[in-house]
Amino acid sequence: MTRRGRVALKVVAWAACLAPLGWVGYRAWGGDLTANPISFLTNTFGDWTLRILLASLAVTPLRILFRWSWPIALRRLLGLFAFFYATLHFSVWLVLDHFFAWRQMGADIVKRPYITVGMAALVLMIPLAATSTAAAIRRMGGARWQWLHRVVYVIGVCAVLHYL
Amino acid sequence: MLIRRGGAIKSGEITGREVYLSRRELMVGAVALALAPAVAAAAPPAAGQPLAAARNKAYDIPDTPTKFQDATTYNNFYEFGVNKEDPSNLAGSFKPRPWKLQVDGLVQKPKTFDLDDVLKMAPLEERVYRMRCVEGWSMVIPWIGFPLSVLLKRVDPTGAAKYVEFSTLVDPEQFPGQRKGLFNFGGLDWPYTEGLRLDEALHPLTLLTVGMYGQVLPNPNGAPIRVVVPWKYGFKSAKSIVRVRLTADEPKTAWNKAAPQEYGFYSNVNPKVDHPRWSQATERRIGEFRRRETLMFNGYDQVASLYTGMDLKKLY
Repeated sequence: MTRRGRVALKVVAWAACLAPLGWVGYRAWGGDLTANPISFLTNTFGDWTLRILLASLAVTPLRILFRWSWPIALRRLLGLFAFFYATLHFSVWLVLDHFFAWRQMGADIVKRPYITVGMAALVLMIPLAATSTAAAIRRMGGARWQWLHRVVYVIGVCAVLHYL
Repeated sequence: MLIRRGGAIKSGEITGREVYLSRRELMVGAVALALAPAVAAAAPPAAGQPLAAARNKAYDIPDTPTKFQDATTYNNFYEFGVNKEDPSNLAGSFKPRPWKLQVDGLVQKPKTFDLDDVLKMAPLEERVYRMRCVEGWSMVIPWIGFPLSVLLKRVDPTGAAKYVEFSTLVDPEQFPGQRKGLFNFGGLDWPYTEGLRLDEALHPLTLLTVGMYGQVLPNPNGAPIRVVVPWKYGFKSAKSIVRVRLTADEPKTAWNKAAPQEYGFYSNVNPKVDHPRWSQATERRIGEFRRRETLMFNGYDQVASLYTGMDLKKLY
């Protein structure tokens, strides 16, 4: 793919990934976040985390099935946007829903399997996001880096279980 | 997937609390002038029309009523769809009139009532009740109706009657959620059935409901006639009911059939008995920011004597 093609692809992907946030912002501006805004925000950010995460996981199957190589250019971007929406999803839960009621949240994480796996998915995303730069790949070495980033499959499973 | 509401309502179009309160005073005043029987003699008014009822102050609570706009656009009514905005988006063409209510089973005098008959059965009262959803949110709603016991006494239950079963209308034409299809995975069997023990059904708090906020019951809220049982989770309060049946055995209820380990027959509001997937200790009152503590029996302690000696952890 040409450099221009890659840039255009990334611009489109950025716009697509930011669109849900823009849509939420637009509705917030119009005072239309439903009767239960906190639940609306939690669900919207959570849904988009999962969608973008699954899109990032689709890169390899697309290459195998259709021999498309261009999606590889979007994989890091999609992964980081999934982390971005996961962080928003978690922040709404932490700040707006429970307002830092640590004990109650801690009890929920331990007692409720669906919260446990959701929390696990988020925590596992942190090292991946932190090592997403080209410098990190060089520093770690390709093989070790790739091994670490296979954790995304665990994250995917946890995220789907959390959603169900 | 959240679907954008068809016609967004500007904040300026929402009925302010002061407006609706003053409107209600006006209507209560109008009733006092016209004398209730004259009003009851009129034909049943359509949804959205004002419905006169005298406030029963015995049930007043300090809580602020939820905004009408919120109470009519944030609903669980799976007959229309599984999303909260589905009922308000899809209930516009629902026809709550004419309507018949069949009351039968273990009774001496089974009867099918016209909605008009039901509306004339007893003086309508307005009661402000807390409404706690099993999902962890709550509202405060000024309902209009009369005690369900009035209806039940009319049909004279036999000595064998121990339970009451309510059934919601089945009509896939009007209820898209009841249509068979790839995208309908609400997971409930139709008709939606709910049930109460006879003593619960006869409790003065249990309200046969035909209106709210000084109006005829809006379609998304279970028009034209529903039950309101304020000390139980909201799904126990069946909407758009067509049949009330007295039985000897505990009726099968819709959510209990769908997920028995999550939704019991009793489903009393109980902060100490968690839902398997979330805590019931707190709730979000719609319109408020911070969670508030959930009260035992939703604050209706007068029903505690119905459950003396029962293990409410087991009989959730």
